[in-house]
Amino acid sequence: MKHCLVVDDSSVIRKVARRILEGCEMRISEAENGQSALALCKQAMPDGILLDWNMPIMDGFDFLAELRSLPGGDAPKVVFCTTENDVSHITRALRAGADEYVMKPFDSEIITSKFAEVGLL
Amino acid sequence: MTPAQFAFLAKFLKDRSGLVIGEDKRYLVEARLGPVAHQRGLASLSDLAAALARGADLDLAARVVEAMTTNETFFFRDGAPFTLFTDVMLPHLMAARAREKTLRIWSAACSSGQEPYSLAMLLAERKAQLAGWRVEIVATDLAGEVVERAKEGLFSQFEVQRGLPIKLLLKHFAQEGERWRIDAALRQMVHFRTLNLLRDFSALGRFDVVFCRNVLIYFDAETKADVLNRIAASMAPDGYLMVGSAEAPEAITRRFRAHPSRGGLLVKGEGAASAAPALSLVAAR
Ligand SMILES: C[S@@+](CC[C@H](N)C(=O)[O-])C[C@H]1O[C@@H](n2cnc3c(N)ncnc32)[C@H](O)[C@@H]1O
Repeated sequence: MKHCLVVDDSSVIRKVARRILEGCEMRISEAENGQSALALCKQAMPDGILLDWNMPIMDGFDFLAELRSLPGGDAPKVVFCTTENDVSHITRALRAGADEYVMKPFDSEIITSKFAEVGLL
Repeated sequence: MTPAQFAFLAKFLKDRSGLVIGEDKRYLVEARLGPVAHQRGLASLSDLAAALARGADLDLAARVVEAMTTNETFFFRDGAPFTLFTDVMLPHLMAARAREKTLRIWSAACSSGQEPYSLAMLLAERKAQLAGWRVEIVATDLAGEVVERAKEGLFSQFEVQRGLPIKLLLKHFAQEGERWRIDAALRQMVHFRTLNLLRDFSALGRFDVVFCRNVLIYFDAETKADVLNRIAASMAPDGYLMVGSAEAPEAITRRFRAHPSRGGLLVKGEGAASAAPALSLVAAR
């Protein structure tokens, strides 16, 4: 079973994402900001990360930069999931090593098709 | 709506668009045509059926037909047909047409354009190899409204997230407010027009690739066979036809059969015994 880390400061979004991805036979862990996500990744690298951009303490963009410099940190597929939906944000995210990008609001079909796109499903 | 009126509507729809609609789909007719009746100031579907039966209002007839179409579509739908396009169809055709350097592709029920634009994006990836080629994509649909949207090439945030990899979004689309418009270069590759598959389409010319997906399912066997036979007549001898996963033309017409190279791939021939396949048909799994 593949392991996905859902990183979002909104517990509602985490819950929705968890429900969608558990429905796809994935094991889910949650973090509410980049810093706790990083701590979880150091313990066990997930296969995929669904990542919000704007979060307190450490945002998604900084998290991604840190993650990619960790040993084994280039392995997880990272799918941004954010209300930042303009070209410049998307470009920055891809340059920083994101694999896919979901613009909020999303539905289950968008999440699952993006996860399939990066080979997680 | 009386049973006689329902029967009238069902026959009307079958004649106009091929759509086969049984009594069990009464709810669908009510859901789709209720709003049309309302817009027209008609009190009920009975009144709508009566107005159609009088036959005077051509615009109403077109509206009814369009309202009953299912336009569901998305970019790179089902994946496999597009992989087969790049891995099987294009290599063969680019070798076989190396002298005339022309390629004609038809998306025969294109809805809002995601299917032909997906093909255009794949062709754009091969721009260098196709330099000097005349590549044309013709995209047609019965419903004028979706064809107009397709021409605009303007898609909602939801639509561009369904099946379209983010890198292709960045590469080929520009953001306009909440929506995304596909590049002029790709729009120019695709010629959109309204066209009813039940009518004669021989004037479209000859195609090397035909995508006719998720439309035959709405037709009865006789209509399917007729459309498929005429599609076969509009195709190059070594052309490819791609149908949807629920559509099995080889069971309906002897013009196509399974391609030996892989499951789901079909070819033209006189039944299963024919040795050299002339026309290939690819079915998504
Ligand atoms: C479900 S969509 C399929 C779109 C696309 N080919 C795909 O697979 O995603 C079916 C389309 O067929 C069109 N259609 C239905 N009857 C038709 C007919 N008789 N001639 C041409 N198009 C028709 C509808 O308007 C609709 O846009």
